Amino acid sequence: MAIIRTENLHFTYQGEENETLHGVNLEIEEGSFVAILGHNGSGKSTLAKLFNGILLPNEGRVLVNGIDTTHEDKLLDVRRTVGLVFQNPDNQIVANVVEDDVAFAPENLGVEPDEIRRRVDSALKTVGMYEYRQHAPHLLSGGQKQRVAIAGVLAMQPRCIVLDEPTAMLDPVGRREVISTVTRLCREEGITVVLITHHMSECIGADRLVVMSEGRIVADGTPREVFAQVELLRSEGLSVPVTTELIYELNQDGWVLPLDALTVDECADAVAAALK
Amino acid sequence: MLKDITLGQYFPGDTIIHKLDPRTKLILVIVFIVALFLAVDWISYAFMFVVTALCVKVSTIKLKSILKGLKPLIFIIVFTGILNLFYTQGGTVLFDWWIFTISTAGIKRAFLMIVRIMLLITGTFLLTYTTSPIALTDGLEMLLNPLKKIKVPVHEMSMIMSMALRFIPTLIEETDKIMSAQKARGADFSTGKITERAKALLPLLVPLFVSSFRRADELAVAMESRCYHGGEGRTRMNALHMARRDYLAFLAGAIVLGGMIAMNIYGI
Amino acid sequence: MDAVIRVENLTHTYSVGTPFEKTAIHNINVNFYPGELVAVIGHTGSGKSTFMQHMNGLLAPTSGHVYCDGEDIFATKEATRDVRFKVGLVFQYPEYQLFEETVYKDIAFGPKNMKLSADEIDERVREAAGFVGLSEELFERSPLELSGGQKRRIAIAGVIAMRPKVLILDEPTAGLDPGGCEGIIKNILDYRERTGSTVLLVTHSMDDAARIADRLVVFHEGSIAMDGTPDAVFSHPTELTAMGLDVPQAAAIAQALRERGVSLPQSIYTLEQLKAALVPLRKGEN
Repeated sequence: MAIIRTENLHFTYQGEENETLHGVNLEIEEGSFVAILGHNGSGKSTLAKLFNGILLPNEGRVLVNGIDTTHEDKLLDVRRTVGLVFQNPDNQIVANVVEDDVAFAPENLGVEPDEIRRRVDSALKTVGMYEYRQHAPHLLSGGQKQRVAIAGVLAMQPRCIVLDEPTAMLDPVGRREVISTVTRLCREEGITVVLITHHMSECIGADRLVVMSEGRIVADGTPREVFAQVELLRSEGLSVPVTTELIYELNQDGWVLPLDALTVDECADAVAAALK
Repeated sequence: MLKDITLGQYFPGDTIIHKLDPRTKLILVIVFIVALFLAVDWISYAFMFVVTALCVKVSTIKLKSILKGLKPLIFIIVFTGILNLFYTQGGTVLFDWWIFTISTAGIKRAFLMIVRIMLLITGTFLLTYTTSPIALTDGLEMLLNPLKKIKVPVHEMSMIMSMALRFIPTLIEETDKIMSAQKARGADFSTGKITERAKALLPLLVPLFVSSFRRADELAVAMESRCYHGGEGRTRMNALHMARRDYLAFLAGAIVLGGMIAMNIYGI
Repeated sequence: MDAVIRVENLTHTYSVGTPFEKTAIHNINVNFYPGELVAVIGHTGSGKSTFMQHMNGLLAPTSGHVYCDGEDIFATKEATRDVRFKVGLVFQYPEYQLFEETVYKDIAFGPKNMKLSADEIDERVREAAGFVGLSEELFERSPLELSGGQKRRIAIAGVIAMRPKVLILDEPTAGLDPGGCEGIIKNILDYRERTGSTVLLVTHSMDDAARIADRLVVFHEGSIAMDGTPDAVFSHPTELTAMGLDVPQAAAIAQALRERGVSLPQSIYTLEQLKAALVPLRKGEN
């Protein structure tokens, strides 16, 4: 069963005339790593907040593990199933000490103190921040803060984590820390990961890539399939990885290279083979 | 730079005073204040001085830090001293000019009052020096818990306190950044008349407010996403619990208070 | 050519005499020349931000000197204040510094602090808005109700309106989507082209640096580790990686191709260069 399923989802912000989402139908398979790509204002962040009932649809519905997010009695069930991590790490850390922050969600859920301690330690170890458990969050680097935020969500033991542009405010080092952490969560812990981003390079490791534009899904497939649609991505104001772009440009010049070479090595292999 | 300001008065440590439950410390500070006000004469003041000195010694807080804390209050201390010096009559008159009269009783009383204020301040500082702000907030919340029955929003108040503590460093950093950015556009925060300076603060305050509201908004969404729904049914990872040392501390507090009541009755 | 900014033995230590004492930059010597577009690179904590804030006098050096047009900018209080207008500094996420009721007034804040005449201010505001592609229809709107990308343009215009001889931008594209980044980069190139100003661009993106800069200055642990043309700097990929920095994607592909026996020249670090080098190879074989 899909962990998140949206049916004909429409959404308009209060006080605004234009609809932000126009009928989104999407199923996220449990255990998969899905990247959602789109330029600013494409509706991708709105979608994230609809996934855990922070926003509620105007039309259509969102099912989390089969539960409708408008079902008020089940709201906590929805939110502990789908955890959200946001862009600005400073604005989602609530406590003065790292481990107290990670404990926040299980405390809200009324978990027993011993069990909270166990979950906090395990979440911090998973994101590699256990040694920093007594630190003050404002003294950490951006990447470290974002990993603490991920641990804070992990402590709810969610089945799915949705990250809304988690790397937008980070430097390259922090970006790599966060992406490798979420990739590991999906591959080793079996947690569903939905990564919302506009960095192409972060999507390469995903199982599936969904491209949003003006509140609609305009492409959906494996990264190889989607990045091969170079013209579409360009017209959406998105760039493609340099590897794909090179192959595309060379093909324009009459080469015949497979467009699905994504990594540097795959690209070099393809070009080198064509020259042999 | 703004960043250099040290925040809070907390000196982490591992002494028995640090380890006491914050509720115990809050109650004992009240006991301490009451006891201090029961003091009447040399012996009882000396007793309280010894008690305070012992606590400071055990807490391993440096005398220098305590004196530094007393410094901003020096005016109040001196003022109280002078007031008592001139307003207390009795004993031998040592000095008399116009409306000013200094007597031996005045000197004694001024001295004891200064000792009382200094002990009072030292005692309360000991609380904030040995207890982290968060532990203090937690302790206060739990002590005030019974007030929930009469609809006092105790949980919300303590949440606001701890959020404020959490965001002070963030906002200081932000103020620093905005200030630099406006200075880079020629803003001048340090010269000019008072009215001009107040006006110069506008470029600082407007962005700070805007960003604080944005932060508050994002924080609220993040908290809701992490299943926050008020204080109801909430548990704590580090639930406060009284240990043997807390009961011993209460016992010590009771003995001091009892002693002070006895001395008060005998007027020594 | 005379340097517009000359930096001599610049050292800055934070919190001198406290346990938190930390030397952020150490004995830096560097010159910037008129009309150059220099990319300043280095990971967080490499000292580049501290360095930048000395260029317009926001931070005073612990030791050393900074000269702008041959004048020591820390010689007098007046000199330190005047240099703010000669060296324009756009901070990271500058949209959070906007405060006026209208876009026009916000852009005019810098020129007004320069005590210019109303006509002069008006001319500069319009010119600066033009450089960043802000339409004059937005002038009477409140900056707070505009989109993030527009706010950033307003903030950049607010610095350009001071007509600085040197424009410093600290990660002007941070947090923007690819379309937004492209727009800002184009504005900056256009501005440099039309005014001939010196531009210092602090960036994490090696691809941007490779594409637009005349010269790269690489900071590492408080010192300048490399300083030269993109050609010179990107021919040391191993050193860059050791400093925790990326090499441009195109350079990485070129290197991978060389390892596979394709003979390519050393100086390839943009997509255009790589394509130009590859196209004749295939035609030659046919």
